[in-house]
Amino acid sequence: MADEKKFAGYVCSGCGLGERLDAGQLETTATRDGKMQSCKQHEMLCSAEGVQMIKDDIANDGVTHVMIAACSRRAKVEAFNFTDVALTRANLREGVIWVRPDTDENKETTQEMADDYIRMACAELKSMAKPSASGEQSLNKNILVVGGGITGMTAAIEAAAAGYPVHLVEKSGTLGGAVGSYYKVIPTRSPYDAPAENPIPALREAIEADGNITVHLNSTLTKTDGAPGRFSVDIATESGTTETVSIGAIIQASGWKPYDANQLPEFAYGKSQDVVTNHELEALAVAASGGPIKRPSDGKEVKSVCFIQNAGQCSDKDGHLTYFAGVTDLVSIKQAMYFKELNGECDTTILFDNLRTPGAGGEDFYRAGQNAMVTFSKGIASEVVPGDSLTVKFEDKILNEQTEMACDLVVLATGMEPNSGPDPYAQLMVDEAEDEEEKAKAQAILENAPPSILNLQYRQGTDLPHLKNGFTDSHFICFPYETRRTGIYSAGPVRRPMDIQQARDDATGAALKAIQAAENASLGRAAHPRSGDLSFPSFRKEGCTQCKRCTVECPFGAINEDEEGYPMYNESRCRRCGTCMGACPVRVISFENYSVETVNQQIKNVEIPEEWDEKPRILVLACENDAYPALDQAAQAGVEINPWARVIPVRCLGSVSLSWVTDALNNGYDGIVMMGCRRDDDYQCHFVRGSAMAAERMSKVGDTLDTLNLEPERVILHEVAITDVERAPQLINDMAETVEKIGLSPFKF
Amino acid sequence: MSDLNTAMIEKYRSSFLKEVEANVEEGEWVKMCMQCGVCSGSCPLGKHWEHPPQEIFMMIRAGKREDVLSSDSMWMCTSCYNCIARCPRGLPITHIMHGLAVYSKRLGLTPQKQPTAEFSQIFWDNLMKKGRVNELKLGLSMYFKDGFGQGIKNAMANQKLGQNMMKAKRMNAMEFFGGHSVKDLSGFQKIIKKAQEIEAGNIKEFK
Repeated sequence: MADEKKFAGYVCSGCGLGERLDAGQLETTATRDGKMQSCKQHEMLCSAEGVQMIKDDIANDGVTHVMIAACSRRAKVEAFNFTDVALTRANLREGVIWVRPDTDENKETTQEMADDYIRMACAELKSMAKPSASGEQSLNKNILVVGGGITGMTAAIEAAAAGYPVHLVEKSGTLGGAVGSYYKVIPTRSPYDAPAENPIPALREAIEADGNITVHLNSTLTKTDGAPGRFSVDIATESGTTETVSIGAIIQASGWKPYDANQLPEFAYGKSQDVVTNHELEALAVAASGGPIKRPSDGKEVKSVCFIQNAGQCSDKDGHLTYFAGVTDLVSIKQAMYFKELNGECDTTILFDNLRTPGAGGEDFYRAGQNAMVTFSKGIASEVVPGDSLTVKFEDKILNEQTEMACDLVVLATGMEPNSGPDPYAQLMVDEAEDEEEKAKAQAILENAPPSILNLQYRQGTDLPHLKNGFTDSHFICFPYETRRTGIYSAGPVRRPMDIQQARDDATGAALKAIQAAENASLGRAAHPRSGDLSFPSFRKEGCTQCKRCTVECPFGAINEDEEGYPMYNESRCRRCGTCMGACPVRVISFENYSVETVNQQIKNVEIPEEWDEKPRILVLACENDAYPALDQAAQAGVEINPWARVIPVRCLGSVSLSWVTDALNNGYDGIVMMGCRRDDDYQCHFVRGSAMAAERMSKVGDTLDTLNLEPERVILHEVAITDVERAPQLINDMAETVEKIGLSPFKF
Repeated sequence: MSDLNTAMIEKYRSSFLKEVEANVEEGEWVKMCMQCGVCSGSCPLGKHWEHPPQEIFMMIRAGKREDVLSSDSMWMCTSCYNCIARCPRGLPITHIMHGLAVYSKRLGLTPQKQPTAEFSQIFWDNLMKKGRVNELKLGLSMYFKDGFGQGIKNAMANQKLGQNMMKAKRMNAMEFFGGHSVKDLSGFQKIIKKAQEIEAGNIKEFK
């Protein structure tokens, strides 16, 4: 019984399908062409009654494979959620009747479309199996937090509070990180009118009192092996002892480091002791212990202070940070208020160009600063002249004049740099640099690489990949917590510059994601964006040539190699995008329900009309994350799609095998449109590198077309966003026009 | 007058902002300006201002005392209240401008022959005489402020308007002879005197 397959088709006639299509013929197509052992019709398949009918067949008749011909696979997912069978959906509603006009002359082509989608779904189903987890790991509830600053401490407390034991590893001898050394912090609660108490001491107490948190001080990670749910981590202390712990998921909260102000000689940093950074001012405020803040050079009480905003940041100058730390304007307001609080009648001036005070209380806090008589001057400082009294030269942007002011102390509002590990792709960037300048830049990154933080034993390097400026990469738009190493979450300013409140929110989110990752791993479920997916790649060892393309091209570094050079997939590291499948030149990688074969069968089972029928066929491979939903929305909006198109959703354009393109052309398709997400620098690809890999691979498709003696316009790859509701159908219709212009493919048999 | 000016310079030395806070009506709002420039962009007479309000506020913070107080800019305000309605920080900009004008006049720093200042003085003097504005005399005072010949020219130019106003009984030629006053003129004058005393006292107290 267990091995016996039983295929059943179900055709819905609701939502106007019954009126527009010949349901009887669809049923015949499913049984005759699609070889379904049974096929039933229902007037509303997603109703309780329709769903029950399918459930009953599964329970009583031993149905193992279900083909549902109704709406898009993105609709009614709760109703058609049959976990015990292999399932496929033929998209007759969004894919056919909603994109075709309801007229007599279109009836024939509309029916042809529907028949084809049924053939495709049946053929796909035939080569599918029900996905099931590998059982590679069991539930491991331990959460590892790397970094004992405000982010790490918050993450540890949150995870422990949810009942998950935490190992908190801190490099230094105390918990607290950067914030630990602050006098006061930016207020996080209404009325946002004064600097607030430092939260670190209370967090320290909470961690000490928490039996669920094990703190490892003066410790680093010397080895992180395994995968989510079964990480094996070596924690080494400074004194030389090493402890190996078993971990479910990891949070990297390694924080930030202050910008090196020695790169700002124009502001006399290093030349005068009375020029300090915002980070250093905190120490002066703490040292004042409630009395007036004194200047470092002679211990004189500060009577006038000038804050220079954006010192060495938001600037294209050499050695400056191109980005803004986001928080430093609020920091300067806070610090100016230290002087108002501690130094009485001290003149405080903040020289700003753009004052940015984000967050709920930002504007109120700015107002509080103004109320406290902090002077805000819109001006750009050009030079600080050292001396007993410092002279700040600046351009007043409102009064439009070069001017200067004298003060006892200058505070430089410098930026934040991420404290991340080395970028695992630094070498790759050197190798792939397109010109000398790019190469030199990449080489500098490689040579100045910081020491590893995680020491991952991954094929693709020891640490989390970077996005820009050393910040760890994540999909900013859709799932900002997910890094490119599954089950390892970066949180706090290592991910992007942020303030304390944001870091604490980030830490809480990362704790929840880590818990989710540990739980998912135990069930064999995928993380975002295919969350819950049980299918994972496996390979046919006899066919594998150990070319390592899959291990190199996996965007998530999920695949390791064994001693013989065969891939090891590590199910719980895998995001199930199929980029490995698209990479494999010998087509041995497959998922239970998604493989080279499942798509190939769909391609082959579209009926290709004879040349004299003058009915072209256009194959559309659409990314299920953006392009396919865009097409669905277009259908809802009633945008027409050419009747020659046959759309196949793919997990990611990165999973597209070049063989699908070749086979489709050989089978007589007249055009191929591929739709993936935006790639490269501002990528929106849900699998980070998938669409970029696809573009790279498809750049070689010209050779294939050449050998087939076909026009290059027949195959095109587009970047499509989920919002391209008008554009996505237009791209398909454009291809139809192209085909009309250049003529039908000669490969029709 | 200039004695008071010298006293104020002595008192506030480095901080014109503090001086404005203490002595100018609604002056405590100046520090709250966030330099967005909406006021300057909203002012219908903006192009006639040498320093628009945003700039005036910045000059105050930058300690440009002479430039601000002897400026003719705040006299350009016609109290349309556009800036007040639009200021995202809720500054009573119109009132601050009037406050600055009054303060500059008190210190004797108002530019000579500033038309608004001149009109204000004529208006005030006219009002003080009878406790109510004598419109006929107010008009005549304005016409003749630059000499008899110019006055005749001004009057001839507006002859038609004057005649129409008389026809419509909006102006009475008999008002030229004395004109009528408020019921209790001496009481009115006492009120004004007291108010002036209080105001001067506030400034002298340097609070």
